[in-house]
Amino acid sequence: MASLLGRFCRKMVVPGSAHGGARLVSTTTSCESETVKSLNLYSAINQALHIALETDPRSYVFGEDVGFGGVFRCTTGLAERFGKNRVFNTPLCEQGIVGFGIGLAAMGNRAVVEIQFADYIYPAFDQIVNEAAKFRYRSGNQFNCGGLTIRAPYGAVGHGGHYHSQSPEAFFCHVPGIKVVIPRSPREAKGLLLSSIRDPNPVVFFEPKWLYRQAVEEVPEHDYMIPLSEAEVIREGNDITLVGWGAQLTVMEQACLDAEKEGISCELIDLKTLLPWDKETVEASVKKTGRLLISHEAPVTGGFGAEISATILERCFLKLEAPVSRVCGLDTPFPLVFEPFYMPTKNKASFFCSSVSSPSKTHTFSCRH
Amino acid sequence: MALSRLSSRSNTISRPLSAAFNRFISTDTTPITIETSLPFTAHLCDPPSRSVESSTQELLTFFRTMALMRRMEIAADSLYKAKLIRGFCHLYDGQEAVAIGMEAAITKKDAIITAYRDHCIFLGRGGELYEVFAELMGRRDGCSRGKGGSMHFYKKDSSFYGGHGIVGAQVPLGCGIAFAQKYGKEEAVTFAMYGDGAANQGQLFEALNISALWDLPAILVCENNHYGMGTAEWRAAKSPSYYKRGDYVPGLKVDGMDAFAVKQACKFAKEHALKNGPIILEMDTYRYHGHSMSDPGSTYRTRDEISGVRQERDPIERIKKLVLSHDLATEKELKDMEKEIRKEVDDAIAKAKDCPMPEPSELFTNVYVKGFGTESFGPDRKEVKAALP
Repeated sequence: MASLLGRFCRKMVVPGSAHGGARLVSTTTSCESETVKSLNLYSAINQALHIALETDPRSYVFGEDVGFGGVFRCTTGLAERFGKNRVFNTPLCEQGIVGFGIGLAAMGNRAVVEIQFADYIYPAFDQIVNEAAKFRYRSGNQFNCGGLTIRAPYGAVGHGGHYHSQSPEAFFCHVPGIKVVIPRSPREAKGLLLSSIRDPNPVVFFEPKWLYRQAVEEVPEHDYMIPLSEAEVIREGNDITLVGWGAQLTVMEQACLDAEKEGISCELIDLKTLLPWDKETVEASVKKTGRLLISHEAPVTGGFGAEISATILERCFLKLEAPVSRVCGLDTPFPLVFEPFYMPTKNKASFFCSSVSSPSKTHTFSCRH
Repeated sequence: MALSRLSSRSNTISRPLSAAFNRFISTDTTPITIETSLPFTAHLCDPPSRSVESSTQELLTFFRTMALMRRMEIAADSLYKAKLIRGFCHLYDGQEAVAIGMEAAITKKDAIITAYRDHCIFLGRGGELYEVFAELMGRRDGCSRGKGGSMHFYKKDSSFYGGHGIVGAQVPLGCGIAFAQKYGKEEAVTFAMYGDGAANQGQLFEALNISALWDLPAILVCENNHYGMGTAEWRAAKSPSYYKRGDYVPGLKVDGMDAFAVKQACKFAKEHALKNGPIILEMDTYRYHGHSMSDPGSTYRTRDEISGVRQERDPIERIKKLVLSHDLATEKELKDMEKEIRKEVDDAIAKAKDCPMPEPSELFTNVYVKGFGTESFGPDRKEVKAALP
């Protein structure tokens, strides 16, 4: 599957689709003359962090091993440039790290906290849910920890196994008071990360680790932000709407191309921000196409796809021509050797796209108890 | 004793060496007293004596088992580089003395629970080489049926509770096992092992407090190899004296490269825990490899440091010197033993390579208890129906 990912190029045009091709690469609305550079995901994130620390002298980056650049090199050069008082390593204690970040943020600073793998975020779950999310609310707006941004690499990587591949976004989408943001590509990541850091609410920012090196894109060198809670239609179509985020979009893009060959035109939406999510864009799309397919790596039961499905059902019931499909990970712990079976692959997604022409295939890939 | 002196001096007696060694290892239990390399440093308790009771049998077993562990880890390194092992692989070479010394002091009823650097502990608990390699390569006959991988080795019949990926999470579990042992009046203890990086996790202190409150037979063993992944201990901990971190809980600092010191400390700890509740053991040890196979291990420490430890403190070399100085075997015999071990490891690998992968339906088994499961279907345009047993 890694071989299918290829490179993201602005020049990528898919013949035969309605509006001139897939925009898996992002388009910024900036009209500055921009110098762009070809960067991969970790470099784009690195650039965003450099800009964030440069523009706000009261911002800090800390976490396990960030000093030398981090295990994924997202923090290279920061300690050298901004000093050990602003970019520093912490001991191995996620709960402590996040709690510490909340405290810093409560005093008006921007704390950009790194959790080394999203699989390790659970010791900090209490701090995020009970402290960060509720601080502003329970203090009647006297205090807030809006300056907190928690970054964590998430998602499958091919050989990660149980504890280096999880997608825990659904747990956090259940907590009012925080925002959950997931970029799909380097250009998006830089803009979204800068928005997240500067957003006056605590944000959990999941980075698709598969794309750290795999995704290469032209990224503008200047300081730009991509708005949160705005979904983007990256491929236009009329027959079926596909919604996803992060690395899964590349898979769905492949499924769209396959469906294209069967004459089915797919509309692909990148949600970008999962909480609060852009219901209007998805609703408008589904009202146009009448069908919805949601895909994510996390297990299907209780995954964020369920929330999207329920909301769309409420809003578009009369316009739906088929039940909402979810092509997601299976309801098992993230497996070791069975990863190819577990993952929501392009074949699984194509299977449902082709339900447009053969309406019999409309059940969900799920586990039935 | 006479037999050993005879063989070490006479080169003309020809007999199969393996048989000779098996005879050495299995019969000669004449006691030998060994002095540990360093005295123990104690916190809130009286340290045990430096003189350790041992025997020829034990010395040779130590040598053989440690050489086997070392060889197994090196072989795993090559297999990983050949991409037969995928995912994560954390190697234990350099730290063998801890596994071996601990085993010598306890029984199979005492429980051990550790983090992800568990291959050698599994072997020490009676695991088979074949099971190890099969599990590492994700095959059906692995000790966790191919579903756990390198970080998740378990052996129920020898009370080895694994094998944990999340750092520090195994310590409260270990204290829970100790509670069960105390409740069941089993006269057994639990060794909950963790590293210097994990020592800063909050859950350790929670578990320690509970264990001390309820006098649980829990022994917390900090395998201090001085680096938590790439972070040196002094960068992560205000107090790198991990044996003192229990505060109100007694502790003992042990030279973890000396198998006899480890054995003595574990014996002492077991007696203590059964009477007085928890104790912390800090094993001062060292790993030659990096944190895992994706870590070269030389960006945060110098090659001189690594080779220095290898020359001065290597646990297998120490045992070898003891064996030679007590005239229990010749250099040549030990070398032949190593060759035999190499062959054993190669055979196990060859056999493991032939083992098939688990059935795809295994993806769905053991999510819940047998009989209560899920039915999944539909991937890849084929109906893969796994109706669970």
